[in-house]
Amino acid sequence: MKYLHNIGTYFIMIKNMFRKPTKWSVMKILILKDIDDLIIGSLGIVAFISFFVGGVVAIQTSLNISNPLIPKYLVGFATRQSIILEFAPTFISIIMAGKVGSFITSSIGTMRVTEQIDALEVMGINAINYLVFPKFIALTLYPFIISIAMFLGILGGLAACVYGGYGTYEDYIEGVQVDFIPFHMAYAFIKTMAFAFLLATIPSYYGYFMKGGALEVGKASTTSFVWTSVIIILVNYLLTSLLLG
Amino acid sequence: MIEVKDLHKSFGDAHILKGISTSFDTGKTNLIIGQSGSGKTVFLKCLLGLYDFEQGEITYDGKVLSKMSVDEKRLLRAEIGMVFQGSALFDSMTIAENIMFPLQMFTKQSKSEMEDRVNIVLNRVNLTDAHNKMPSEASGGMQKRVAIARAIVNNPRYLFCDEPNSGLDPKTAIVIDNLIREITEEFQITTVINSHDMNSVMEIGEKIVFLKDGFKEWEGSKDTIFKTDNEAVTNFVYSSELFKKVRRMYIEENE
Repeated sequence: MKYLHNIGTYFIMIKNMFRKPTKWSVMKILILKDIDDLIIGSLGIVAFISFFVGGVVAIQTSLNISNPLIPKYLVGFATRQSIILEFAPTFISIIMAGKVGSFITSSIGTMRVTEQIDALEVMGINAINYLVFPKFIALTLYPFIISIAMFLGILGGLAACVYGGYGTYEDYIEGVQVDFIPFHMAYAFIKTMAFAFLLATIPSYYGYFMKGGALEVGKASTTSFVWTSVIIILVNYLLTSLLLG
Repeated sequence: MIEVKDLHKSFGDAHILKGISTSFDTGKTNLIIGQSGSGKTVFLKCLLGLYDFEQGEITYDGKVLSKMSVDEKRLLRAEIGMVFQGSALFDSMTIAENIMFPLQMFTKQSKSEMEDRVNIVLNRVNLTDAHNKMPSEASGGMQKRVAIARAIVNNPRYLFCDEPNSGLDPKTAIVIDNLIREITEEFQITTVINSHDMNSVMEIGEKIVFLKDGFKEWEGSKDTIFKTDNEAVTNFVYSSELFKKVRRMYIEENE
């Protein structure tokens, strides 16, 4: 029953996110601030992880190919497929659930604990629209982060492959280009948009509806990370079955 | 003026407010007092419309709260100023931005008009050089004064304060009490203060409503509270030896 209640409350929150909008002059500033916090602020860690994981994928693929019949370009091909189909959209989203998700939960949760949300409600402001909607809009730029993750992941694979002596530049580039299916990009970005929605709303839900004090803010951040990750994995499975299955 | 008739509020099986009827006058500082768990905060939140209630009626200058349309409620909210126990300043904004916030949300004033109004209210609460400070850089008393400035910036008709003196030293608490009383008289606001600070009761309690276990146990003023023989009130208000002595002296002097 508790789970059903939580799911119902979550969907009511999403409905309320679009009701009684905040004045545009105020909302504009909130959106820009959230773009800075959630998107620009995440570029560094995403770039770092993508580059090195791309390198590791290339090295692992190369080390596991011992059959001489397998073409050399397979390293580039496998790296591209891994990065575009799963690593960039899904793995980065799990990382973002930790970074961005816990930031959203703790910042909204702290506002709840310190009565700042009550202050908004007393003023007659739709606090859910004021707090969650700008995050939702900011995260519509999430595909921008994922594009960078894809590019840097493949670049990291190239660097590891060439400078680590696991293959040649030409072989890797051939692998990246061979059998490219444009729909895979569409699939990756459909997933990305779905994850962006989850990243904006699930942590906001855990922050907005939390009860208690500072300790509960920490607990809410952890719970938010766990549930955002679980839902991302489930939605990933569902979308993969629907779009590629 | 705010009138309350037979207000009942429950959470599940817990009956918190049990038929409270009272009124809060315009231009006066009205205090709600009572022990922790007596229903003060729930009562205040019902007055603010943050909690729905099962039975009873709250009227703001003749308009029934529960019969107001969404737009009427929105207009009412714009006329309400609230000072929270922990000040509830938005910690991502500077002090000036905090005070300007209600103006941005509810008025069509230009930026310079809003800045002028912010300067006026900051002067009124004796904070002239705090514009660019963040709330975290301000002391507890300063934060309370900023919260009062934010509450009055949009010329509210009703001011609610939840434990405005909690966490403050006695001297700063008196400054805050006097500020609230002066603002109430100056702007003819209906002020309702939730408190269990006995200094506030003696200083600014022009009307006092004492709650006990969800009932209105007693109501009066700072003058009549000295003379009351209601045991629950005297046990609560004069719980310390000092206040018992003060009460005896007051009664002897007046006899």
